[in-house]
Amino acid sequence: MSADRHYTLLIALLAILTLALFLLSLTTGPAGIAFAHSMKALLSDKADGVALIMREIRLPRALLGLMIGATLGLSGAVLQGYLRNPLAEPGLLGISASASLGAVLAIYTGLSASFLLALPLAALAGAVAAVLVVQAIAGARGGALLVILAGIAISSFAGAMTSLALNLSPNPFAAVEIMFWMLGSLTDRSMVHVWLAAPFMLIGWAMLGSLGRALDALTLGSETAASMGIGLRKVQFLAVFGTAAGVGAATAVAGAIGFVGLVVPHILRPLVGARPSRLLPASALGGACMVLAADILVRIVAPERDLKLGVLTAIVGAPFFLWLVFRTRRSLL
Amino acid sequence: MTLLSVENLSVELGRRPVLHGLDLAVGPGEFVGLIGPNGAGKSTLLRSALHLLPAQGQVRLCGTDSTAMSARERAACVAYLAQEREIAWAVPVEMVVALGRSPHRPGFAALTERDRAIVDAAMRRMDVEAFRHRIATELSGGEKARVLAARALAQDTPLLLADEPTAGLDPAHQIALMRLFDSLAADGRSVVASLHDLGLAARWCSRLILLDKGRIVADGPPSGVLTPANLRAIYGVEAFFGEVDGAPIVHPLDLAAPD
Repeated sequence: MSADRHYTLLIALLAILTLALFLLSLTTGPAGIAFAHSMKALLSDKADGVALIMREIRLPRALLGLMIGATLGLSGAVLQGYLRNPLAEPGLLGISASASLGAVLAIYTGLSASFLLALPLAALAGAVAAVLVVQAIAGARGGALLVILAGIAISSFAGAMTSLALNLSPNPFAAVEIMFWMLGSLTDRSMVHVWLAAPFMLIGWAMLGSLGRALDALTLGSETAASMGIGLRKVQFLAVFGTAAGVGAATAVAGAIGFVGLVVPHILRPLVGARPSRLLPASALGGACMVLAADILVRIVAPERDLKLGVLTAIVGAPFFLWLVFRTRRSLL
Repeated sequence: MTLLSVENLSVELGRRPVLHGLDLAVGPGEFVGLIGPNGAGKSTLLRSALHLLPAQGQVRLCGTDSTAMSARERAACVAYLAQEREIAWAVPVEMVVALGRSPHRPGFAALTERDRAIVDAAMRRMDVEAFRHRIATELSGGEKARVLAARALAQDTPLLLADEPTAGLDPAHQIALMRLFDSLAADGRSVVASLHDLGLAARWCSRLILLDKGRIVADGPPSGVLTPANLRAIYGVEAFFGEVDGAPIVHPLDLAAPD
C-alpha cells in the first residue's frame, strides 16, 4: 500500500535529519573545532583538550537535546491522542510547572548549591507529587476531562507557588537564577545529567510507546474504544505516569521547554494520515529534530549572550502555531 | 447458550436511579429491538451490559460473568455501535473499519489476510467500499454512521449492541441495515438495537423489548408488544396498525387524548 511506503519514507527522513542535527550539534560551539577533528577526538581515548570538550561539554548537550526533544514530541502526541484534543501538550498535566516548582524551591532554599544533583532531584520530586495528585483527583475510572481539569489546577497552583518563591526571594541573585532556570537551557550540562535523566526517560518512552493501538481505538471515543478491548484505566495510568517520568526528567535537567510537545505532533499529523499510533515515532523524531535545531540556533545566533533554549522554541513555535491555526481556519471556512 | 443475560440489573446515574432491577436474556439468532420513549433507559441498558457504566446485578456475556472477563474477552463476544458518531482525527475510512479487528490481533501485529477479508466484507455490507480512501471526518452524517457500523461488523462478534443505528440514515440505508441485522440473526448471531422508528421495529425485529421509566413493560414478538394500549399508555400516541404480506405495519398518527 502506498500509505505504508509513504510512512516508512517519512520515518527514514526524520531519522536521517535527527542524526544530521545530532552531529551538527556535536560540532557547533565557541571552540571552533573542525568536523573531522572533533569526531576523531570524540571516538579516541586520548585526554587532550579537544577530546575533553567533546566528551564533557558537547556530547551531553547533544544527547540531552535528542532525549528531551524525543520525550516532548512523544508525550505531546500521546496526550493529544489520549485526550482527543489537538491543544493538549505535556505542560497541560501540570508536570512541567510542578517540576519547575521543585527546582525553584531547591534554588530558593539554597539546596541546589549543596550538591550537583540537588536541583534535578527536587524537580523530579515535584513532578512525582503532581502526577500523584492528578491521578488521585482524576480517580481510577478517570476520564480525559478530569485529567485536564486536575492538570490545570495543579499547573496554576505550582505557578502561584513559583511566583511566591520569586516574590519572597532573599536576594536578587536567587531571583535571577530562578528566572533563568525557568527559561529552559541545555548549556553547561554534564554526563551526570544524562545518566540521571536517561532511566526515567527510557521508562517514560516504554510506557508511552506501548499506547499506539489504544490511541488508534480512542479515535472513536472512549466507550467505543473500551468495547474494542481497550482497558481505559491502564491507558490513563500509562499516559499520565509515562509523561511524568519523561517530561519530569526533561524539566529536571533542562527547565521548561515549551511548544515542542504542542507544535510537533501538529506539523506531523497530516503527514502520517492522522493515525495516532503512527504519529508516536514520527513525533518523537520530530521533537528531537526541533530541540536539537533550536539548541544549535541559540549557539549560532547569539553565542555571547547565552540565549535560552526555551525562549527560542517559544519565539519560533508561537508564530508557527498561529500559522497552523490560520491554515486550519481556512479549511474550516 | 444465551449470548446476553441480565439479572436484576440496577443502574444509577449521578444519584438518579435509571434502571430498576431488569431481567432479560438474548439467545442466538435474535434481532431484538429495544424501544421506549426518551429517557426510558435504552442507552443505559446497552452501556451497562457492555460494562461501560457501574451497575448492580449480574451481566453474563457469551455465558461468562462479565465482571470476570477482561476488556479484550468482552470485545471478542460483543461489539458496540455507539449513538455518538465520534471520529476524532482525519483518518481514512479504511482505517476506521479496520479498527474493528484490533481486539483480535496480538500486540503490534499487522492485519492478516483473513482480517483484510473481514474488513472488506464489512465495508461491502455497509455500502462504504466506494469511499474507503476518503477521510472519515469529511463524510456526511449518514455516511459516517455506515462507516462506524462497518467498523462494528468488522469486530465479527456473536453479539452486536447498537444504539440508535438507523438515526440519520436515508430510507434505503435504514432498510438495508435492518436487512443486514436480520441476516446476522439468520446466521445465528444476535443483535440488540435501540430504535425510535416503530415501523422499522415492527417490520424487521424478531422480538421487541419495551422499556419505560427504567423497567421492562413488555417483551415478546412485535405484534404482542406494539399494541394500541401500549402505545397509548407508554408513548402517548395513537397509531395505525396494518399488515402487508404477513408483516405488521405500525405508524404513529397523533397524540393520544389525555385520560
